[in-house]
Amino acid sequence: MKIKNPIFTTEDLCAYYGDFMAIKHVTVKIPEKQVTAVMGPSGCGKTTFIRCLNRLHELTPGARITGKIFLRDQDILQMDPIIVRRKVGMVFQRPNPFPTMTIYENVLAGYKLLGIRLPKKEADRIVEEALKKAALWDEVKDVLHRRGTFLSGGQQQRLCIARALAVKPEVLLMDEPTSALDPKATLQIENLIVELKQTVTIIIVTHNMPQAGRISDYTAFFYLGELIEFGPTAEVFTNPKDPRTEEYLTGKFS
Amino acid sequence: MNHAYPARERWRRFKNRFILAAITVLALIPALPLFLILFQLFHKGISSLSLDFFIHLPAPPGESGGGIANAIVGTFIIVGLATLIGVPISILAGIYLSEYGKDTKFAEAVRVCADVLQGVPSIVIGIVAYAWVVRPMGHFSALSGSVALALMMIPVVVRTTEEVLRLVPDILREASLALGVPYWRTVLKVVLPTGMVGVTTGILIAVARIAGETAPLLFTAFGNQFMTLNPLEPMNALPLVIFNYATSPYEDWWQQAWGASIVLVLMVLGLNILSRLLARRIAGER
Ligand SMILES: Nc1ncnc2c1ncn2[C@@H]1O[C@H](COP(=O)(O)OP(=O)(O)O)[C@@H](O)[C@H]1O
Ligand SMILES: [Mg+2]
Repeated sequence: MKIKNPIFTTEDLCAYYGDFMAIKHVTVKIPEKQVTAVMGPSGCGKTTFIRCLNRLHELTPGARITGKIFLRDQDILQMDPIIVRRKVGMVFQRPNPFPTMTIYENVLAGYKLLGIRLPKKEADRIVEEALKKAALWDEVKDVLHRRGTFLSGGQQQRLCIARALAVKPEVLLMDEPTSALDPKATLQIENLIVELKQTVTIIIVTHNMPQAGRISDYTAFFYLGELIEFGPTAEVFTNPKDPRTEEYLTGKFS
Repeated sequence: MNHAYPARERWRRFKNRFILAAITVLALIPALPLFLILFQLFHKGISSLSLDFFIHLPAPPGESGGGIANAIVGTFIIVGLATLIGVPISILAGIYLSEYGKDTKFAEAVRVCADVLQGVPSIVIGIVAYAWVVRPMGHFSALSGSVALALMMIPVVVRTTEEVLRLVPDILREASLALGVPYWRTVLKVVLPTGMVGVTTGILIAVARIAGETAPLLFTAFGNQFMTLNPLEPMNALPLVIFNYATSPYEDWWQQAWGASIVLVLMVLGLNILSRLLARRIAGER
């Protein structure tokens, strides 16, 4: 299968926790401005895989990575992790707005925490733009100076998406972003993801097969740390090459 | 079944009630001394509390009247200076233990030292401050008293800071790191502010504990009959007034010692209540 404009290319990527190999020899090209779903049974390494892509993995004591990860043509393992993380944003499983900050400050956290001062106009513009992109603006535009933690779970998660988008990343990693949310909030975020792929590449871990079917263009299927299937979602779902993918899709294990 | 053995049932109920009553009375025992102390203080000292008491300097020995203005101001200066010396060191050490040292041997050694320091008798801390500050300076000073009190504050604030920061959820650290924020900035701008209310509570508790300490001040701040704002001079403080007046031969001063005790106890009580309110606020936010 040919991926024309890969934003991420991994070559023989292995990730370890101490001696335990959680990701095994993964070689893959992730297409740009598409939604790629990362699927597989619990503990197969989905979280570990995406945390390699913004170099959060190496923060775990004893964790390391071998192989290569290219962001376009730059090897991110040779780059300053801070710069990698500016280009590759992340949204976590549980919404985690900063509890000491207002909604406004949360959106600007990527600037404020780095000590970057923005002129008021510029700051207002970034906040409005990011919140609009995250489909949260209409709900919060009158309460921008309240704490982010007062929002509902789904709103908090969209606030976290706005916070990640505000620094204009090229890629957005999402680790089961809807698993802690109710169906209505989940639907809002799914719609949002489909909107967002106009401007940013999305790699989303999900446990939820219908969700992957609805929102993703490509699916990567992991099993015990190996990437056993990668391709357009429609193809993977209807005509899997690996029997283990088929077993998973038909619900034989989860 | 209840009606099968009415006598036994009644006896069982009686036992239950008796034990409950006994436990309630026992639970009052720790509370009782506080009320006795407050009663005693107000009974003996309320008559010396007047505006003059708060705004006048001590009268010369043997003369009646006068106040403890210099001791009140002195306590604020000595305790304030101790806080200025002790708190920054303690917060940095607490940050180190929680965010950097973690489970290393060195961090463990620092924790043990802090716990031991906390157990050192305050009179010994006073002697140490005497040797470190009073001797080299050649005279008593408020500063030396503050150093002694700071040494007593440090272990308390270090450990509470560490505990509070450890409670800050890792997902907040990761949220910051994932935005490309360096670790040290994450610690200063996310972890510390998130735990700040807890750290402040710890500081207030520590201040309340040192504000009434007498032994470390006896041969450091020493006491002073006059008003001074200069921390390099000997300075009066509430515990010193109480100690010196209570052990004097003048009945008028005994009276004032009771008055000063009321002021000191109310200050400490106020700090404790404030720290409780803050602690409750943290609990409410969770
Ligand atoms: N911090 C860690 N230390 C050691 N092993 C870990 C750690 N985190 C995850 N693992 C192990 O790595 C494997 C992959 O975990 P993870 O990437 O979280 O899986 P998934 O997200 O697919 O459920 C699992 O076997 C898990 O037990
Ligand atoms: Mg996971």
